[in-house]
Formats: sequence, structure tokens, C-alpha cells
Amino acid sequence: MTRVAVLKGGRSLERQVSLRSGARVEDALAALGHEVVGIDVGHDLVARLRETAPDVAFVALHGRDGEDGTVQELLEVLGIPFTGSGVSGCMRCADKVIAKHAMRDAGIPTPEFYAFTETAFKELGAADALGAIEERLAFPIVVKPSDQGSALGIRFARSAADVPAALVAAFSYSERVLLERHVHGRELAVSLLAGEALPVVEAVPREEDFYDFSARYTIGRTSFVCPAQLGDETTERAQALARDVFALLGCRGFARVDLMLEEGTGELFVLEANAIPGLTETSLLPQAADAAGIGFEALVGRIVELALAPAPASASSA
Amino acid sequence: MSRDRSRATSRDLERYAGLFASRTKVMKSSAMRDLMAITERPDVISLAGGLPDTSTFAAESLAAITAKMAAENASRALQYGPTDGLDATKECIVEVMAAEGTTVDRQDILVTTGGQQVIDLVCKTLVDPGDVIVAEAPTYPGAVPAFTSYEADVVQIAMDADGMRIDELEETLDRLEDEGRRPKFIYTIPSFQNPAGVTMSLPRRRRLVQLARERELLVLEDNPYGLLRYEGEPLPTLHSLDGGDFVIYLGTFSKILSPGIRLGWAVAPVPVLEKLNLGKQATDLCSSTMTQLFVSTYFAHDRWEDYLRSLRDLYRRRRDTMLDALAEHLPPEASWTRPQGGLFIWATLPDYLDTTDLLARALSRNVAFVPGRAAYADGRGASSLRLNFSGVGEDDIREGVRRIGAVVREQIALYGTLTGTQPGGAGAGAGAEPPAAQPGAELADVLELHRRREGERRSDAR
Repeated sequence: MTRVAVLKGGRSLERQVSLRSGARVEDALAALGHEVVGIDVGHDLVARLRETAPDVAFVALHGRDGEDGTVQELLEVLGIPFTGSGVSGCMRCADKVIAKHAMRDAGIPTPEFYAFTETAFKELGAADALGAIEERLAFPIVVKPSDQGSALGIRFARSAADVPAALVAAFSYSERVLLERHVHGRELAVSLLAGEALPVVEAVPREEDFYDFSARYTIGRTSFVCPAQLGDETTERAQALARDVFALLGCRGFARVDLMLEEGTGELFVLEANAIPGLTETSLLPQAADAAGIGFEALVGRIVELALAPAPASASSA
Repeated sequence: MSRDRSRATSRDLERYAGLFASRTKVMKSSAMRDLMAITERPDVISLAGGLPDTSTFAAESLAAITAKMAAENASRALQYGPTDGLDATKECIVEVMAAEGTTVDRQDILVTTGGQQVIDLVCKTLVDPGDVIVAEAPTYPGAVPAFTSYEADVVQIAMDADGMRIDELEETLDRLEDEGRRPKFIYTIPSFQNPAGVTMSLPRRRRLVQLARERELLVLEDNPYGLLRYEGEPLPTLHSLDGGDFVIYLGTFSKILSPGIRLGWAVAPVPVLEKLNLGKQATDLCSSTMTQLFVSTYFAHDRWEDYLRSLRDLYRRRRDTMLDALAEHLPPEASWTRPQGGLFIWATLPDYLDTTDLLARALSRNVAFVPGRAAYADGRGASSLRLNFSGVGEDDIREGVRRIGAVVREQIALYGTLTGTQPGGAGAGAGAEPPAAQPGAELADVLELHRRREGERRSDAR
């Protein structure tokens, strides 16, 4: 029997999602016969971990601290094996700007973008460059915080007049904000387990919610299709891109890569990678695993196995 | 049980999804819900709740009243009671309403499980899917999910410093009539409205009950705060002006005694009351006999008005503290209401700021409020916020408002940098211009605006 500490909750804006992910993971681990200790991550995290002395930590945290390498760094210091990506993989995924630069440098298609800090606007007159940016990206432009996992703070700017308020909104969540060309098309997500791509999930928002990100993340207002109805060639391309991104960003164990399939051109663009995708009832990774014949318990069991396996630095399967 | 849950696959969940009633699809954004959950963190100064300060009720009194209730009425307290409530409790309600100049009869009262149950029962009794409910803009955030869960079409009427704009109400009623739609009821909080803090003037109260009578429409008068007046002359309730023919009155012990006892009441015309009673039977048979007896024991002490006075003094000081802090810390682009009672202040910021995003930034400084959008069923209210001054002490109010003021100023300055206008910047002059008209601006435009002028300091806000 393995003693597993499930790290959940924390202080990030995605605390509630994390609590749901964590609860579900705890149930699965208990059903698999493990000894489970749930830890709501707070000031006493290190003390709790020392006291618990787990064989492995299941990191079911989302957003700041849990998904950006902070908690992973602590776990490494304490010598506790943990699920999912290591410090560097988490850091690269959590910062959309770093991830997009890495992708662009590696020749992986990602929508054109520009990113700025608040300081650039306040101290360096970046506002004067907005016109040039808007010209290059063309409207609508997507404005988003660089390190916020949920839909919060993401806006469509349909004209130049929308841009300042959209930037102010995005800067509410992050010190760096990116302006990205909007790729019109179908939204796809490829989840990966041990570096292998699972069936593709398509998110289909209701027509009237297209420009309303918060509505799109509301249960019942977006439907998910898995496996996505795509041609074999497109499916393979999407999965290959996801595998490349997983390796490029140094992910480990599991992750999810979000893509857009552009209408008209049929081209695929990678938006971002999530080092710790949601594990709730409605999350995409469990749906994809399910479509591949891997039930939730088996999925959780496999993620723990991967954490305990001698970990190669590369992203190849353990 | 938990084992089964962990085995549920996404397909199973889809199977359940097919069983859910269509009304459950009307749900708040999960992102917003998650954000609100964080406001409950212990290190956050929360000006978001609607909580009375129950710490002022002496523990010894609670113990003594409970002991007396148990000694006198143990078996009754443990038993079911009548659906409409215990007579002894209704006597207390008659007394509370009389304190506001409203005379009612015991038999016209239905004791409920909190005031919220009245809203639910009225919807259950009157509303078919697609029916219109008329409410104020903004309205009580907790009423919105009740209305939408009955698939009502909520039409919101703007307010100004004198409460709901009756001219706009009449226009809306005419328009609805032209469309062949008759609203089932008009929902209003006439005194110290939640969230706006404003109070409906006497002429408007008169006109509203007259309209209801002319058009044979029901008014749901939600009056949780009427007795929490800190200044000014009391105004008659709609129920007393109307005589109770077209007004359903909603009262509660939550704000004058305790929300933990979950006791409220409805006073309604007899045929409506009968239907509400049937609805309540189906919901919970009866409200807690134990807390009903607690109330009647407490009222027998004859000290409830003393306690109410102490609450009024406490909340008046807290309101003044918040008004002072707002004048000191909010930038000139902001405006807010100056309530004569109740628990809330409603502040409005320039229309380019979204208070949901602002809340995220505020939470990083450990302070919280309710984003204005929660008070609208139609997505308006994005640049407003609700602040509560009853639930936390004066030091926390000052510090909380200071932190909110800091993030608002940062956002405004950033917007100024982005647009090259620098609103509020030194001597620029652009900041003196009020924000462009926006949905919901009516309230801000007409109310006394406490904009901080050059050299203005705390004492001026009173």
C-alpha cells in the first residue's frame, strides 16, 4: 500500500476547481487501496508533508503556486516524488508567453502574439505601439493574462476602442498580458498520458456565447465531443503537435494541450499547454482517457505509477 | 458511496445530464462562483457578505433564553408545528410590524424558513416558465437565482435616489401589455435597498400601490431592513399604504435578531396566502418549531427593541466609517450611494472597469466585495460593486476600503496610460468629467455623489 498525499485547494483563483479535482482523486486512490491523506495547501504545507511522510504526492492544484512550479520546488527539496511535470515543465506551461515563445522558436504553429508587462505601458510608453500591434494582428484580438488558468480575464477586443479596457481586465490577473491573433475555428484539446496522446476532445460553445468566455466555461453552455469528429489526418496532426509540445516544454506524466483548427485553412495552432489539467467530473482529460478505455481510477493509478517510476528527464513514456 | 462516485465516467454524467430539469441549466458562471468562494478565506477582509453582526448578541442571553424555552416547552419545541407557524411567534411578528406602523392580523401571516423562502414560494405560486417578474435595477443578488430557477423573464427597472423609477415602470408595464404579457409581480425592496442602499420616496410608494391596484398586479415588498434606519423619518410600508390587497409583505428576523434561526414571514391576501401555505407544505411542512419558540421566549423578555437600538447605533457608526473611508480613498471618477439605513452601499466606477476583474486584483490584497453583475439578470452592472458595512468592525472597514481604493486608482491610472487620457491625473482636467453614460448610470447620476474634491476630507462626507 502506498501512502499518497493529495495536494488540493490552495490560494489560487482556481481553488474551488482544485478542491473538486482533489476530492475525486482521493476517492479513486482510496478505491485503488492506497492510504490517502488530503492536504488543503496553506501556510503549514511543509510541516504537513513532513508529518505525513508520503511515498508520493498527488498534485491536484490548479493555477498559481500549484501549477507554476512553486509547490513542485518544495516537493523536490523535501525529496517527495510527485505526480505530473517537474519545476521547469510547470514554469514553462504556466507562463503562456514563455510557452508561446518556445513553440514559435521550435517551429510549432501558435497564433501570432505580442506580450507586455504593466511596466511597459507605465514606464516605456508601450501604449504608443498599440496601433502597430492592432494592425499586425487584425481584429478581433484576444487579450489574456499570461498566467491565469481559467476563463477569468480573457477578452475579445473587436475594435481598437475595446483594447484598453480589455488590457486593464487582463492586468487584474497577471503582471504580463498577451494580445493574440484570434484564430476562428474549432476548439480542440489533446490530453496526454505518459507523453502519449489520448483521443481529441472538441469544445462546442453555443453560438450566442461565442464571445463570452465566462459563459463558455459554464456547465451546460458548452458541449464536449470526444472523440472529436475530425478526419484521421487532422486527428493525427493534432496529436503529433500535442506530443511535440509536451516534449518541448518538458512535461512529465500528464498534461493537456489546447489547439484551434482554423476554419477555411484547416491549419492547426497551439494555444497553450496545461501542466495540471482539471480532474473534475466535467474535465477534459478524464473524458479523453475514458474514450481511450481508461476509467478514472485507472487514470489516477497510472499517474501515480508514472510519478514513482524512475523519472527520465525527457518526456518519453516512463 | 464515495467509491461509486469515483467510478462515474463522463458518459455516466452525460446520462444524468439528460435527467436534469431544463431550469437547472440557468446557472451562474463557474468562474464567478469560484471567485466568490475565495472571498470567504479567513485572511480576507470581506465587505462582500450581507451579514448582520451576531457577535453583539450576548452568549449568556442566548443560553438563558434557550434554557427557558426548553424548561417551558421542551416537547413542543421538538415536535412538528402547523405549516402557517405558531401563534406565539405570529404575535411577535404582529409586534415587529406594528413597530413600523403596519397593522396586520395574526391569521394573515405565514411563518417561513427565512425571508428567502417567501421569494421562492411566491415564485412557485405565481410564476410559469416565461412569465415576467419586474424587479429593480440593481436587485437583491439572492433573488436572481430564485427568479431564474422558475424560468422567469426578469425585467429590471432603473432606480435613482428616490428608489424605483415609477415612470419607467409604467412605460415598461405598457410595453409589456402591448406585447400581451402581464407581469405576475413587481419585486421591490423599498427601504435601504439591497444592493443600492436607496429608499423609495413616499410619493413613489403611493404611486406604486396605486398602480398595482389599477392594473391588478401583485407587489412583493421585501422589507428586511426597515427597522434599521439610522437617520431621517420612517416611511410607511407599501403594505400599510395599500391595506394588503395587492401587496405581499416579506419580513424576517434575520437582521433584527439572527439569520441563524432561519425565520421570516409573509403577509398576503388570503387567496394568495392559502396557495403559499400549500407550497410551503410541499417544501418543508413547517418552519423550525424550536426557533419559533426561541423567538417567542425572546420577545416575552420585552428587550428586543433595546437590542435593535444597539444594532442601529453600531451599524450607524460603521456606515459613517465606510462613507468617510470612501470619500478619502476612492478617486473622483467613482460615485456611491449614501444609505439612511440597512447594510449596503453601492458604488459605481467608470464604465471601462469591470468589477469582476477588479475583485481578482482586490483579492490579491485580501479584500472582497460583490461585483455588480450579480445584481442584474441581464449582464449589466459590470462597473458597480456592493459594499457591506454591518459585518466587520470599523478598523477593517477603513482598511478594506483603503485597499479597494488603491486597486481602483491603479486600474484608472493604467487605463489613462493606455488611452493617453490620464483620467484623474494631476491637473489634467479630464478626470473631472463623469464617465460616459452606461447601463445602470441612472443611479449614479441622480444620487448624491460623494466625489472627493480638492482638500475635502473625512468630516465632509457626513
